[in-house]
Amino acid sequence: MTYSQAVLTGDRLALARLLTQVENNTPDGRTALIELFPHTGRAHLIGVTGAPGTGKSSLVNQLALYYRKVENKRVAIVAVDPSSPFTGGAVLGDRVRMRDLSGDPNVFIRSMATRGSLGGLAQSTANMVQVFDAAGFDIIIIETVGAGQSEVDVARLAHTTLVVEAPGLGDDIQAIKAGILEIADILVINKADRPGVENTEKALKSMLDLAHPTERVFQHHGSAMRTIAPKQDSSATLMWIPPIQKTVALESKGIVELAESIGRHVNHLRQSGDWAVRERARLEVELEALIRETLVNQFHEDVSQEKYDETLENVIQRKFSPWEAVKMLLNGRSK
Amino acid sequence: MTEKKIRVLVAKPGLDGHDRGAKVVARALRDAGMEVIYTGLRQTPEMIAEAALQEDVDVVGLSILSGAHMALTPRVMELLKANGQTHVKVFIGGIIPDEDLLRLKEMGVAGVFGPGASTEDIIHDVQTAVAG
Ligand code: B12
Ligand SMILES: Nc1nc2c(ncn2[C@@H]2O[C@H](COP(=O)(O)OP(=O)(O)O)[C@@H](O)[C@H]2O)c(=O)[nH]1
Ligand SMILES: [Mg+2]
Repeated sequence: MTYSQAVLTGDRLALARLLTQVENNTPDGRTALIELFPHTGRAHLIGVTGAPGTGKSSLVNQLALYYRKVENKRVAIVAVDPSSPFTGGAVLGDRVRMRDLSGDPNVFIRSMATRGSLGGLAQSTANMVQVFDAAGFDIIIIETVGAGQSEVDVARLAHTTLVVEAPGLGDDIQAIKAGILEIADILVINKADRPGVENTEKALKSMLDLAHPTERVFQHHGSAMRTIAPKQDSSATLMWIPPIQKTVALESKGIVELAESIGRHVNHLRQSGDWAVRERARLEVELEALIRETLVNQFHEDVSQEKYDETLENVIQRKFSPWEAVKMLLNGRSK
Repeated sequence: MTEKKIRVLVAKPGLDGHDRGAKVVARALRDAGMEVIYTGLRQTPEMIAEAALQEDVDVVGLSILSGAHMALTPRVMELLKANGQTHVKVFIGGIIPDEDLLRLKEMGVAGVFGPGASTEDIIHDVQTAVAG
């Protein structure tokens, strides 16, 4: 039986082994991805990002428990941790917080290292997610450390992205990373049991107000009066403003509300047509990346190392520019 | 394009709370370029076998300082086998009396390391076992 056949029949060992093949980008892995592709597109992908220590893994544990117990959904988790740039090794510790999920055959947790490959992380994560999707997992949660462009790309993979903050990590707007609003569908303040929640919430709110000025505040007779900007009735302009959810992952507080918020986001995506838009954007990014990879591989097959080295040497000697060099290498593609 | 990494699960089975050794070994293996999945404390053999399967590891390392190694080790090995992970190499570390060494080897344990074991030796033996 091939990998893909075994995975489609629910074989967990085959699933685990295929994930390795896909992560390592082997020919077997690619063959299986092709065979599994028609079975993908059903899962809801939830990205969870934020600084280390904010409680992402603990939250993922709680969310997965919720989806198991309340909604009886099958849950897969891809937990990404950084590789050491010096040795290429990694300690992947997210499972420590996910003990509660063990023993449940409808949960599958896979840890993954970033492996420092330029832009490759998003691609291999996307491929692993496709395997889980084809294997029939309804919810796929991707936990990633919120830093760097490739991490942002991973977050963009998801239909719904949670950005997790925690009090005490510097509570002013400056400390909260610019750009998170671009990827956040839901803002989570975890560790709401800790002092300083109000400050974190205030900072996030003022960021939201700057980004989404739907509420106009008027000074009227000395007191602030608020008028809500008139809602447009065309459904295409329905706007999603990221809600702020407070949670205490260690005490499973706020989890139901968070899950409901995620549910509302899914409804919004479906009603506004954004689901299809995101799906399209995601597949387009994947296609683009594949084209690039294939062309680069093709190039390295066509152009000999000697020819390449010789050209590089000429560029270093300022005999010709990189632009001319590319032209020459692409025209005279001979071994 | 293929980038094959050795994947190791480092686990603390049973109620034993001594986790320094496990963390030292996890970091040493990481520094040798391996991907180490650390499970944390109080793992049952079932939890360990399940994690080993999901993570498709090449090696399972158990750190046991409680004296329960002769009960825990065979159980983990049985479960690995039942799951079809017969290729997985099992290493044991911690407080293991000499008289148990032979029986552990007979069970198929690939290596046993006690207090003061050098991390270079551990790395070497893990790499050799996976390659072999
Ligand atoms: C530090 C220590 C503690 C600390 C632990 C802190 C922590 N978070 O780890 C504290 C004070 C909490 C503690 C408590 C107890 N301890 Co204590 N503790 C020790 C001590 C002194 C050192 C252990 C240590 O950290 N060594 C340093 C690390 C780096 O070495 P290591 O763990 O041996 O690891 C090396 C190798 O074993 C190997 N290795 C280890 N794991 C792995 C895994 C793999 C995969 C591989 C390849 C190799 C490998 O490589 C490592 C590097 O060389 C030992 C005595 C000793 N000399 O070992 C007693 C000892 C382990 N403790 C012991 C006991 C009895 C206890 C208590 C029950 C005491 C009590 N009555 O309360 C409690 C139990 C706590 C619990 N919940 O389990 C006994 C165990 C007796 C036994 N097994 O028969 C020992 C042996 C002391 C003794 N001689 O009686 N302890
Ligand atoms: N006080 C408090 N601590 C928490 C909460 N959630 C997680 N933690 C702790 O924060 C630390 C980091 O949690 P973890 O889930 O590993 O964070 P991650 O690095 O973002 O994945 C751990 O020690 C958790 O026990 C919470 O809601 N309140
Ligand atoms: Mg984590």
